[in-house]
Amino acid sequence: MSTLKLTASTLAIAAITATSAAARDNVQVAGSSTVLPYASIVAELFGENFDYPTPVVESGGSSAGLKRFCEGVGENTIDIANASRKIKDKEIDACNAAGVTDIIEVRIGYDGIVFASEINGNGFAFTPADWYTALAAELVIDGALVANPHTSWDQVNPDFPAQPIQAFIPGTKHGTREVFEEKVILAGCEETGALDAITGLNGGDEHAAEGTCMAIRTDGRSVDIDGDYTETLARIEADTNGIGVFGLAFYENNTDKLQVATMSDVVPSTESIASGDYPVSRPLYFYIKAAHLDLIPGLQDFADFFVSDDIAGPDGPLAEYGLVSDPDLADVQTTVADAVTLDAM
Amino acid sequence: MTHKSLLTTDARTKRRNASEARFKAYGLGAIVVAMLALAVLLTSVIGTGASAFKQTYATVSIPLPEAKLDKSGVRDLDVMKKVTTIGYASILQAGMVAAVEGAGLQTDMKAKDIGKMLSKEASATVRNYVLANPEVVGTEVTFDLLINGRIDGYFKGRVTMESAALDSNTSPEELKLAQQLADAGIVQTKFNWAFLTAPDASDQRPEAAGLGVAILGSLYMMIVVLVLALPIGVAASIYLEEFAPKNRWTDVIEVNISNLAAVPSIVYGILGLAIFINFMELNQSSPLVGGLVLTLMTLPTIIISTRASLKSIPPSIRDAALGVGASKMQSVFHHVLPLAAPGILTGTIIGLAQALGETAPLLLIGMVAFVREYPAAYTPDAGLFGEASTALPVQVFNWTQRADPGFVERASGAIITLLIFLLIMNAIAIFLRRKFERRW
Repeated sequence: MSTLKLTASTLAIAAITATSAAARDNVQVAGSSTVLPYASIVAELFGENFDYPTPVVESGGSSAGLKRFCEGVGENTIDIANASRKIKDKEIDACNAAGVTDIIEVRIGYDGIVFASEINGNGFAFTPADWYTALAAELVIDGALVANPHTSWDQVNPDFPAQPIQAFIPGTKHGTREVFEEKVILAGCEETGALDAITGLNGGDEHAAEGTCMAIRTDGRSVDIDGDYTETLARIEADTNGIGVFGLAFYENNTDKLQVATMSDVVPSTESIASGDYPVSRPLYFYIKAAHLDLIPGLQDFADFFVSDDIAGPDGPLAEYGLVSDPDLADVQTTVADAVTLDAM
Repeated sequence: MTHKSLLTTDARTKRRNASEARFKAYGLGAIVVAMLALAVLLTSVIGTGASAFKQTYATVSIPLPEAKLDKSGVRDLDVMKKVTTIGYASILQAGMVAAVEGAGLQTDMKAKDIGKMLSKEASATVRNYVLANPEVVGTEVTFDLLINGRIDGYFKGRVTMESAALDSNTSPEELKLAQQLADAGIVQTKFNWAFLTAPDASDQRPEAAGLGVAILGSLYMMIVVLVLALPIGVAASIYLEEFAPKNRWTDVIEVNISNLAAVPSIVYGILGLAIFINFMELNQSSPLVGGLVLTLMTLPTIIISTRASLKSIPPSIRDAALGVGASKMQSVFHHVLPLAAPGILTGTIIGLAQALGETAPLLLIGMVAFVREYPAAYTPDAGLFGEASTALPVQVFNWTQRADPGFVERASGAIITLLIFLLIMNAIAIFLRRKFERRW
């Protein structure tokens, strides 16, 4: 027994010492769960077609990914951060403080945000104003701010069926929520004239008025989903009155279970988003640590491959999965090829 | 005061008997509820997951034209590698169309859509085969190729003609043709070994996703846990139980060990991130770090069970050894430890089983990731167990988040695999206890 123990302990110590000077030959990516499927599709194709190992792609959210990205330079930090929003100045400062000074921003395309309900339920043709009226915490009624009284869609818009309001929207940790608030709720607030009314009521403070506009009701009519779209889908299957907020790609993979609502009479599709007709979309990014380009084999090739026409172009596998390809893809390709960093832009 | 016969029960005895009967009924009820919960869990998991162990393949003969696959004409691998899997897709499409025509089937589907009946993984299968055997270029080779996830779902009952009509990724015509191909014997469903051996796959090819990397990662982590936790845990328990003086310090240590056993596992993940990755600079996502974190988590369990089994050895054994002149150490290692071994092993296996199913700490050290490369046990670059990997429970978590409905089946299949591993480990623990345990 004692010899066994001795061997085991020696092995353990050897394991730790042997690893302390580790080097890495694969690309490591982390970040947004919206970008994750695209990144893993590209990683898979990259591993298949190049002699480099398949990159490791982690999820965890845009903010978490950028935080890890900004931890420093070196093999023990990630090479690429995926984000469903632009990097913030605060994050760039944090990066700089940790020695990550050269960041390459790559826009891979656009993601549409769609509203969908159970396939056998009622169909809807929304406008941002409908969503604002249905989900705002407080509405201006008869010149005063009161708690949102609407409980059924026909109260929001007489054209709608008398279906109880039940919305499943992304939780605040999701990048999608920000887009939803800005492009739907705030747009609806302006459209209905409520923004001006609230600004008038609160003494001309437009910033505060926007905050009031974007406050979502918390009486249970709107439920924050902190998990993934799979959870939203499960909630809608359980409550057929529910209307959920999804990414276009998720909807396109589940068209047999969901029916999509139009927004301002535009049906969401990769075409209508690319043309700019469908209003609710956002760009997706990834950020490369330029200092790693010479350190990690395959990083430059991976980035080039990701934005190549074969992959991110309108006929590529990413578009097939639901990404709206960037009309200015050629510019993005130059940015990646020349490793143009944020500061130099 | 009247004396009644012992044979007739009085009111008090009846009450006592009734309360005993009630207690038995409660106990039985509790067991029934537990068994029902287990039955519901198992039926739902097996119901959705069993189909993951079967997969639909098409046996197709694929012509491999030299003009497309080898522009050099001399089988120069560097030139041949320039043809990507996207390029191979058109060759596969031609093979598939030929197979449909060869079987004499009529269809309105476009050639492009017929090509899409094959999984995207199929082009990789053919490409890898061609690059490994360059001499086959210019000939025709018969492959067993994966069929796409929707058609696979149709043969498993997940996709129906009605749902296909609404589904933008498939169509009733496609399913009809698939059924005809199946009747012609070209498409068949067989046992899915790849599910246990293949690596993960992206959202576009659920049919290709497997548990290979996850099983390997879990195995490596269990080796690390076993090699570290068993000797450390046993040494600590022997010292505490047999040698340490009983004073306030050992009391403090004892309380702390029991406390650590109840600490939420995510805390160990935070610790692992801070110490093993940020301070010691071990590789992220590596089974070594995962194993170290799980070792910390399993140690208290092993120490507690080892101490319990050491305690259960009667003092007479120790006294007899000391009485014939053995030293304290000889009495422990020659007599107490061998007798306690079955209990220690059982505790260790149960600790390992717990570690095998643990997800939370692995979230923080980067093991919840898309990993397709099989991790090597040792490489000079990455060290021992240093290559990125996932683990079984993490793979379940990962798959439940995917958009494609095909992954629901995969996730349940992974749960079944994990349950089988846990069952085997616990069965070994019970077997060892039954076989070697001594009672006094």
